[in-house]
Amino acid sequence: MTTQILIAGFGGQGVLFAGKFLAYKALIEGKQLSWLPSYGPEMRGGTANCSVIISDDPVGSPIVSKPDILMAMNLPSLDKYEDAVVPGGTVFVDSTLIERKVKRTDINVVYIPSTKLAKDLNAPTLANMVMVGKLFKECKEIGMDNVEQALHKVISARKANLFDVNLSAIQCGFNYSE
Amino acid sequence: MSEKVLMKGNEAIAEAAIRAGCRHYFGYPITPQTELAAYMAKRMPKIGGCFLQAESEVAAINMVYGVSSTGKRVMTSSSSPGVSLKQEGISYIAGADLPALIVNVQRGGPGLGGIQPSQSDYFQATKGGGHGDYHLIVLTPASVQEMADMTALAFDLADKYRMPSMLLADGTMGQMMEPVLLPEEHINAVEKPWAVTGTGMKREHNIINSLYLVPEELEKKNIERFERYKLIEETEARYEAFMMEDAEYCIVAFGIAARISKNAVVALRQMGIKAGLIRPITVWPFPKKAIADAADKVKAFVSVELSMGQMIEDIKLASGCRKPVALCNRVGGMIPSPEEVIECVKNMQGGNN
Repeated sequence: MTTQILIAGFGGQGVLFAGKFLAYKALIEGKQLSWLPSYGPEMRGGTANCSVIISDDPVGSPIVSKPDILMAMNLPSLDKYEDAVVPGGTVFVDSTLIERKVKRTDINVVYIPSTKLAKDLNAPTLANMVMVGKLFKECKEIGMDNVEQALHKVISARKANLFDVNLSAIQCGFNYSE
Repeated sequence: MSEKVLMKGNEAIAEAAIRAGCRHYFGYPITPQTELAAYMAKRMPKIGGCFLQAESEVAAINMVYGVSSTGKRVMTSSSSPGVSLKQEGISYIAGADLPALIVNVQRGGPGLGGIQPSQSDYFQATKGGGHGDYHLIVLTPASVQEMADMTALAFDLADKYRMPSMLLADGTMGQMMEPVLLPEEHINAVEKPWAVTGTGMKREHNIINSLYLVPEELEKKNIERFERYKLIEETEARYEAFMMEDAEYCIVAFGIAARISKNAVVALRQMGIKAGLIRPITVWPFPKKAIADAADKVKAFVSVELSMGQMIEDIKLASGCRKPVALCNRVGGMIPSPEEVIECVKNMQGGNN
């Protein structure tokens, strides 16, 4: 089984961090994986995206062009990648920042006001982790296992004080229902 | 027992170099290889090594020349425009028969080009690059694990044959993270009696030099060097063959292009098309024999490259043009999709070449 995930948003929304967290979680679970960021000038305030592939087999191309899962954290990302999602795939939409609905009818759509939920948690920069929590709820193949272990890996010792708030954000997303 | 860690390709090269006994790094930052220099800047001072950000790429490669003369393991890294600047120094290092590691995390060119991945420095890496008759041993990693493993190998081969070696990577290999099992510390202590380490008043001076004003001597040097190259071509060509046993269509690709091509091969097989992949791991020496043997069996080759078609010339030479060779490529930082590769193979099948 191979799951191709594309996370896309503005630079600064924690797109790469969310991807790295998923990558560490997969590593702990003994999966094969790759994490590939977009890099370059577009990272400074513009759009940022990252490809994460989690698989039971060795990963071929690390570039996700047809995602099974799309995490759209802003409108330009949804506009750009909506059509690329494989039929039957899942799109997560930050409904605080994206007002329009998904047009496709052959994919699963999950709306979650991640940015608002993160603000309510007093953690406005963690909309990414709220959405990741929702992803764990909806995508059973990824699931909620090993979350704390993976967080320890991805949060450097210097920033250990941010562990609890990240965990809360994930739980918030996991427990959210419309 | 060490365990797998997640690292960027650039960082994996840096850590692997340190574990291979490299304590001297000279460089100048450039996207998309900067993480390599940054890692060295952080680690080298802690282990008694030397990280030096030179005033330019030209200075950095000449510092490499200097340290290499003393027999120490030494490296530099850059991306395409920076590697062009280093060519004079690389030629001198080759001309002085010194080992050193040069890393090129390629980006689109020519000129300043862009910062997205490319493989368009193939000619520069494999055909010389600087002036004079010389070669580098050129390794082409296709995963973060190989970025680490081939760093150690590149140092070993450079020492063994007294010549510079190169890791020819690209922006995706440098930037991507994958699990990597870092190599154990291994300092392959090769005797370097030629090194400039001080005579201690006990031996003749060692002289490191690439200047030979007597043509007879310079000719002899060149011929000797090419005898060594011949041996390397016979013994050190490396490649991976994937689903080649019964293949009718042979894709040839290295680095990121090989990763994409593997997806294409799997998909083509599911469609009932017998495709296979030869992935050159060394592009100098080029795995000529593997290509020549494939030419006996397959109907056609497809060269998948992030260039306007450079490696394709080596495929044509190695196969003696006995079978058609198509080019499937994207350039300027664009990357071909598996679908584009599949399309190209199907076209060959239809005889549209």
